[in-house]
Amino acid sequence: MSPFAWHPRPMSEKNLVELVIGVTLLLFLAVFPVFGVGYWVSFVLTQTFLIGIAAASLVFLTAYGGMVSLAQTALYGISAFALGNMVTKGAVKGLHLGLDPWLAVVLAIAITTAIGLVFGAVASRSAGIYFLMITLTYAVIAFTFFGQVTQVSGFSGIAGIADRTPALVGDPVTQPNRLYYIALVTALVVYFAIRHVVRTPFGISLQGVRDDPVRMGSLGYNVALHRTLAFTFAAFIASLAGVLYGWWNGVIAPDNVGLGATVDLLIVAVIGGLGRVEGAWLGAFAFVVINNYVRDVSVPVLGGSFNTVIGLIFLAIVIVSPSGLMGLWDRLWDAAGYREGSGPRAAAAAGTAGPQA
Amino acid sequence: MRRAVSAFDWRLLVRRLPVGVAVGTTVFALVWVLFWAPSTNFGPAIHSPANFLITLLNGLTLAALMFIVASGFSLIFGLMRVVNMAHGSFLLLGGYIAYEVQQSMTNGGGLTVFSSQVNAWDWLVPAIVAAAAIGGIGLVTQQVFLRWNMGQDLRQALITIAISVIIADQVVAHFPLESSIEKGSAVNTSWPGAIDRLVNLHIAGVQYSVARLTMLGLGVAVGIALWLWLYRTKTGMVIRAGVDDRQMTSALGVNIQVTFAIAFVVGASLAALGGAVFTSYAGVNPTTDGQWLLNSLVVVIVGGLGSIFGTVAGALLYALVYNFSISYLPTTGGDCCGQYSPVLTFVLLALVLAFRPQGLFGRPA
Repeated sequence: MSPFAWHPRPMSEKNLVELVIGVTLLLFLAVFPVFGVGYWVSFVLTQTFLIGIAAASLVFLTAYGGMVSLAQTALYGISAFALGNMVTKGAVKGLHLGLDPWLAVVLAIAITTAIGLVFGAVASRSAGIYFLMITLTYAVIAFTFFGQVTQVSGFSGIAGIADRTPALVGDPVTQPNRLYYIALVTALVVYFAIRHVVRTPFGISLQGVRDDPVRMGSLGYNVALHRTLAFTFAAFIASLAGVLYGWWNGVIAPDNVGLGATVDLLIVAVIGGLGRVEGAWLGAFAFVVINNYVRDVSVPVLGGSFNTVIGLIFLAIVIVSPSGLMGLWDRLWDAAGYREGSGPRAAAAAGTAGPQA
Repeated sequence: MRRAVSAFDWRLLVRRLPVGVAVGTTVFALVWVLFWAPSTNFGPAIHSPANFLITLLNGLTLAALMFIVASGFSLIFGLMRVVNMAHGSFLLLGGYIAYEVQQSMTNGGGLTVFSSQVNAWDWLVPAIVAAAAIGGIGLVTQQVFLRWNMGQDLRQALITIAISVIIADQVVAHFPLESSIEKGSAVNTSWPGAIDRLVNLHIAGVQYSVARLTMLGLGVAVGIALWLWLYRTKTGMVIRAGVDDRQMTSALGVNIQVTFAIAFVVGASLAALGGAVFTSYAGVNPTTDGQWLLNSLVVVIVGGLGSIFGTVAGALLYALVYNFSISYLPTTGGDCCGQYSPVLTFVLLALVLAFRPQGLFGRPA
């Protein structure tokens, strides 16, 4: 495990079951492109991986920092906009600097992380529901900014990002498998990075800050700094999703970071479960599949589109199982009588997460 | 490493830094607008006081509208700790309802009604109907979805987000009702003819819209009514007691659930009233809900949640920054910088939060 003084709990039966499921799933995903349908590779699963990364940054902040951030969509949008402005060249919108693709990726991640640091610092003295409100204003400000400032975007956004990918990524349209594996590997790295960070001394004290900021403050921990750094780390993760999104979609427009997109990411995280990082990808998969198959269905009686369906699903989940699908799994496991695996994670689930400013 | 002996206390400096930056920024903004303002559309205020006055009045009238909307948001939060993310959707639906009622009262048939055809009742009745309808929807929302999970503030915020997604989608699917117009089109109502004109203020020769001044009056009236209600009636007393200590208030035999329901209905109605005004002021379209959710959030975050005076201060600050940034940012070469006004919203938010995390008039939670 990590070199730090952390003693992992002995693996319970539940952990073992989850490990087996996880490894099986991973092996399946690793060989999937060999015999899978191209559409599922390029559209459903790649999208699931990258949306899941963005959602994981939100779950990390919520579960371990007590900060429900609605700015994660804005941050991944900022990353994609930065990439688009720096990498494209010629007659497209934006700055079209035409930088080297890898340099542009590094700069996009650095810029987004720096903006995350500023955003985090401003909101760092708030938590819980106040944090939600402040980060929502970030999201709307970012949307308005990219809509109004024609130098870096304008309303139609920046196209042609997919034409200027690094050689390793290739052309996402004709070589979808490459982006699939890159997204899969990035998702894995992000998953293990989060699992590692929450076990470090920083991660432990962050959870202390989540549970009782006043006590942690009086013990000498810098509460605001912990929140700021956690937010910065989450911004870094979101920036990875932004780069992948830029390559995958090829276009980034203000609508991709609008209020609808912001709420969609929150819905992804809630469907999966705000208490456990794994839920991010589970929620992303459910969202993408529902999105894919319900897009053209008209809602009986009420009328309306996909948004009414997803809104109703979201409402049902928040009412019935606020800790999402992962929480449902935890509860089913407990109900089946296997109680030795019940950990503290369930306490961080939506609705019972109590840290308030 | 040994600590350098120095009389200069940098820690104190760091602690005072936010205040210094806030004061410095305010002074700079004032000097800029009043005396300097190079290459802007309007020029410094001492050279063209008329433009300054118009910008100021635009700011004040927008602040009045923001106050009407945000006070409802703040009332609901202050008493129930419910962050009503559906507030913008309530406003949007209220705006479309006001439009439909005015259309049917004036036989508009889907066309924009001229203000000369609109009398005071053709404006007031739609606003009242919208406020009543949204008040009803608010009551249902509170009783069905929010009553049984009091205290779970995150869960309640998520529930209201889900409701706002559904309402916003339903509005786009069904409004405007006229079959001749595409669903989800932008619509607007007309002010009554009596106030849809300019009046000479006799200050620097400024002509200003009476409708806008009426909006300012409406904002002040709502503010006074809210103040009288909260500070001079028994219901208001109970609400303020509930804001301070919900459990103790109900332990004293007050039926706090009735108070919650009343406050939620009033808060939702204020959103719809704001929607009716905004539909005449600028018109509503399907993105209006997000825009007004942002406005309400910024106002209450800056002003402090659950305080009338905070809402007034937040609305004034935000509306003035918004209007002055549009008129007084440089426009060199037509390519800069008016479009950067969203950044100033963030700067305002950052400055206030840096030295008062609870907002200007908010109490530490």
